Amino acid sequence: MKICQLAQIIDARFVCGEEKKEKEISSAFACDLMSDVLAYVNESNGALLSGLANPQVVRTAAMMDMSCVVLVRNKMPDKKTIELAKQNGIVLLQCQHNMYTACGLLFGAGLMGDRG
Amino acid sequence: MSECLKFSYLVEGENFDGAGAASEDTKARLKRLGVSKEVIRKVAISMYEAEINMVIHANGGKADVMICPDKIKVVMKDTGKGIENIEQAMQEGFSTASEQIRSLGFGAGMGLPNMKKYSDSLDIQSQVGVGTVVTMEYNI
Repeated sequence: MKICQLAQIIDARFVCGEEKKEKEISSAFACDLMSDVLAYVNESNGALLSGLANPQVVRTAAMMDMSCVVLVRNKMPDKKTIELAKQNGIVLLQCQHNMYTACGLLFGAGLMGDRG
Repeated sequence: MSECLKFSYLVEGENFDGAGAASEDTKARLKRLGVSKEVIRKVAISMYEAEINMVIHANGGKADVMICPDKIKVVMKDTGKGIENIEQAMQEGFSTASEQIRSLGFGAGMGLPNMKKYSDSLDIQSQVGVGTVVTMEYNI
């Protein structure tokens, strides 16, 4: 699934990285606990759905070679978070759905979970 | 030993936004050096966890990275409060982290278990009131 398709499915807006909207996403992982992202994500180029809107969510995604961070529940990232996403080439999206709904919509559309 | 590449970072304590910058830079260096993806992943995860611990629990410290032809060694040294009971701290879920640290997405007692899981050897020397030295090695 392309990042632009993912964005469309959950009505997400691009905070930064829109130029990478054609990039393919391999899988997704949803978590607010960054240590668990580090422990359980196994696939590169995935999407991370999270309610955590601070620089650590971007740094964790970058560590795991993930392509995209989706902030759920309308969480607003601060300037530092956006700047770090730009530096690391991470696409940052924001949507109004809660975590459960965002995951359900994406799973229903065929985006599988990380098989880590 | 002369074939080893060494570099160091000063990790600033209580700087939550900057936490992980040393690990991020190390990951980029390893990538440039052509180290395998699998090894980079192990170093990145375990060093990041150690760096986060250093920032949130020990008011920062120093990270030394040594890259040799057959292995990578990461030494994280701080002069923080130390770990009272290392065995207990190694248990998944054990945490002394504050609510503020938990709000950052860490502090759920997975740091040391992740460091053990993703390094080929982990050694922790700690003295209460003196500090902690975490040494992690990875086979290339």
